[in-house]
Amino acid sequence: MKTIKTILLVSVFALITAFTLTPVEGYKVGDIATDFKLENVDGKMVSLSDYTEAKGFVVIFTCNTCPYSVVYEDRIIALDKKYKSKGYPVIAINPNDPKASNGDSLADMKIRASEKGFTFPYLFDKGQKIYPQYGATRTPHVYILKKENNKLHVAYIGAIDNNSRNPNSVTKRYVEDAIDALLLGKKPEKNTSRAIGCSIKSL
Amino acid sequence: MRKIQLFFCVAILFVSCKEEGRKDLVKTDSIPSYNYAELAPLLSKNDGKTYVINFWATWCAPCVKELPAFEKLLDRYKGENVKVLLVSLDFPSQIESKLIPFIKKNQLKSQVVLMNDPDQDSWIPKISKNWSGAIPATLIYNSKKRVFYERSFEYAELENELQKFLN
Repeated sequence: MKTIKTILLVSVFALITAFTLTPVEGYKVGDIATDFKLENVDGKMVSLSDYTEAKGFVVIFTCNTCPYSVVYEDRIIALDKKYKSKGYPVIAINPNDPKASNGDSLADMKIRASEKGFTFPYLFDKGQKIYPQYGATRTPHVYILKKENNKLHVAYIGAIDNNSRNPNSVTKRYVEDAIDALLLGKKPEKNTSRAIGCSIKSL
Repeated sequence: MRKIQLFFCVAILFVSCKEEGRKDLVKTDSIPSYNYAELAPLLSKNDGKTYVINFWATWCAPCVKELPAFEKLLDRYKGENVKVLLVSLDFPSQIESKLIPFIKKNQLKSQVVLMNDPDQDSWIPKISKNWSGAIPATLIYNSKKRVFYERSFEYAELENELQKFLN
């Protein structure tokens, strides 16, 4: 009976912590992330397993229509340019249902990607199967994944930096700091952050 | 055994979203612009009223869609000590060009303030540990109860939530 009580207490405690520390369902830092096979703006299907040389990924849920996504476009391109060669390419995914978000169809994504000259895949989460598994709630929403023993470990969840509105006023570069730590074999000091963003659109 | 565990967890979930608060008043002719320290008193008054605080922006389509529900709530419950506050997260550069014209065009009756505090990672969790930062989002509180909703509302659902604070 005593052991049952202990088990009960421990499990209740574990669940409380799990629920109070995790705002929404989805991945927490340390979890193993799923791979996917999604259509890119160039018409090809992309999976993380295609990148045999990568050390990890900067998966960013983002879209055409959210002003917060738009203000980050140049910074996302810069991240990809800086870290792709170091083994951490950017993989952008549009999680919105275009029926609920005018301007976020694959055709619209192709236009935006070519206008901005995206250097990274910009994938369409057709049927909205992937973003709920990750637990993304907004655009932009970043998940840094580290490849280890062929598994994708979630190393960071959150914002790109600490000033969405003005790149010149940024004082903390969360994503860069996290990847720099990972490249040194360390764990990111700050592994979660929050920012205002657009809710992900579903019907 | 499973059932008992589940019951505990569910019960704890319901109880765990509480905090208490206090003080301050604010008047607006134009749009006051606040950082978190200035906004915080409006999110923790203890004056017998129930406050419905909506986080929105003119660029956020689902926010704009649900605004009439908050206006209707303000109108229907003004005799019952209910206050509605619309906290705009519009870009400060677009106050004159977007926010003010929007308020005028839609003849908003609710009080509107601008949340102008770039260090979002520091203040979002202070408003609610459950808020990822997505908008629309709504906080309803009074001296006894406080619940944060990261979701959009239809009028009936919003009224239903408000009722839980008034009984």
